[in-house]
Amino acid sequence: MSQAIETVIVGPAPGVGGSRPLGFAGFTHLRPGLWAAGLFVVLLVIASAVPQLLAPYDPLDASARLAFQQPNAIHWLGTDENGRDVLSRLIYGVRSSLFMGLAATVLGLAWGTLLGLISGLGPRWLDAAIMRGVDVLLAFPDLLLALVIITFFGQGTANLILAVGIAGVPRYARLVRAQTLNVRNAGYVEAAVTLGQSQLAVVLRHILPNAFKPVLILATIGIGGTITAGAALSFLGFGAPPPAPEWGGMMAIGRAFLANAPWLVAWPALSITLTVVSISAIGRELLRRSEGKPL
Amino acid sequence: MSTLKRISLRLLAGVGVLWGAATLTFLAVNFSGGDTALAILGGPDALPTPELLARVRAEYGLDQPLTVQYGHYLARLAHGDLGESYRLRIPVLQAISEQIGATLQLSFSAALLAILLALVCAILTANRSRWVRSAASGSELVISSAPSFVIGILLLLVFSFHWHWLPPSGSAGWRSLILPSVALALPVAAVLTQLLRQSLEDTLEQPFIAMARARGLSETAVRLRHALRHALVPLVTLAGFIFASLLGGAVVIELLFARQGIGRLMLDATTNKDVPMVLGVTLLAATVYVVVNLAVDLINRWIDPRSAQE
Repeated sequence: MSQAIETVIVGPAPGVGGSRPLGFAGFTHLRPGLWAAGLFVVLLVIASAVPQLLAPYDPLDASARLAFQQPNAIHWLGTDENGRDVLSRLIYGVRSSLFMGLAATVLGLAWGTLLGLISGLGPRWLDAAIMRGVDVLLAFPDLLLALVIITFFGQGTANLILAVGIAGVPRYARLVRAQTLNVRNAGYVEAAVTLGQSQLAVVLRHILPNAFKPVLILATIGIGGTITAGAALSFLGFGAPPPAPEWGGMMAIGRAFLANAPWLVAWPALSITLTVVSISAIGRELLRRSEGKPL
Repeated sequence: MSTLKRISLRLLAGVGVLWGAATLTFLAVNFSGGDTALAILGGPDALPTPELLARVRAEYGLDQPLTVQYGHYLARLAHGDLGESYRLRIPVLQAISEQIGATLQLSFSAALLAILLALVCAILTANRSRWVRSAASGSELVISSAPSFVIGILLLLVFSFHWHWLPPSGSAGWRSLILPSVALALPVAAVLTQLLRQSLEDTLEQPFIAMARARGLSETAVRLRHALRHALVPLVTLAGFIFASLLGGAVVIELLFARQGIGRLMLDATTNKDVPMVLGVTLLAATVYVVVNLAVDLINRWIDPRSAQE
């Protein structure tokens, strides 16, 4: 949601810690909240890579006798309507959530960057044409655009990624264009041109890297938004079909048992929120550092 | 450039966006590989005879060249005709006008709530001690990160199923409006609070605030009477964003709280592949977005004439 507001980052503010690298320097100054966020993201990455290491049970292992068990010593987060272990399903659901978030962001970023670069560097008529197209795409609310795409192409993971990713294209395109226009007139680009480097080399070696760093940071924050959007669509019933462990889908099913088994929706709700908060917190920290603001 | 010329240019740009949106939907219908005549007859399961298909094609003008169809499509849209729903068999516009009341009710109460919450929170927390600020920005981060359906379900759990204070579903009476409005408003309010506080803090640095303080005004009076008015300007620009989040959120919230409305209409249409309905709602949303942004532009010009001189 925060990506709805356009920001142009004009490099670090002069003199205010601008030379501080983005990486791990100053790690010791981090607040405890950021440490927790970082740890949680590491945990998520492990869970998505090797869920079988962390999950105590098979996420699809149903047993009617074990249905609706409250959280207890054996099933830490309880069991669902088919007696499946909620914790295991949550852990196996990490992969699809993270993949969804990353893939949709990459899709939006790739197309947005391509359009933004062409727009910022190309002839004026092409710039105008692309930007008017971007205006048109921006006029559709994200979720409605996603539903249109699902109507035409059907549901399922790949189409969900497309549906969520496309909503990001116009924003990244505008951002990259603004950054490109900014960098394009910088002294070092002029110098590179004067030195006789080819146009393509200037674009790839000088303009892209310099225009791209702030965009990457905003994309990090954007991952949280795409995970949310993906979860919402899967909650609406357009995700992978039921037995698959997906957080949004788990909440959709758990909704029917709110009165008797509130843990069925509470845990996935907590997982989605913690994931998005952690990713956003890290992204915002990167943003703050790149702008050279004090911690 | 005269004001009138600027305004007409903006209007023209808005019409251009709508034309682009209409063209995009037309291209989507014709190049997505689906057979429109088949869809009108109820999909492949209806097993229509070839004669029937041909008759439908002739009746809906689907046998004509694409350019002619495109012209007809634009002409119909210009007259406010969004086509007929494949499933409900009534004009899309009629279906929308039957449902829009409930959605407007929900989104207006949510917008009001979000703006009020943001105002109160921002005024209370701007330029306060470090602890107040980190507590506020922390909770804003959590609330703006939590999807509205997560907030909605948690509200349902607490207020409907645990304490039985409020009805869990339905669109009858103001009591059933409270939980959905809060669920819809909270994420928007969190984003607005962050921006408003930033803008308030910037304003509080301005010389005229020092002047007001020098005149001996209390902190509350400075914030309410002087800083707030100035800080509100950036908020107006966000009207488009507020509108889009509320409309998108309404789809999920209306399902969650079993309410009537445009969101439900859109959702059912998506599930049933009711293309005219999906496109009708989407085009309507795009139109409202364009109109809202045009209005925002004019209001900004009126509040701050400097913005007209770029």
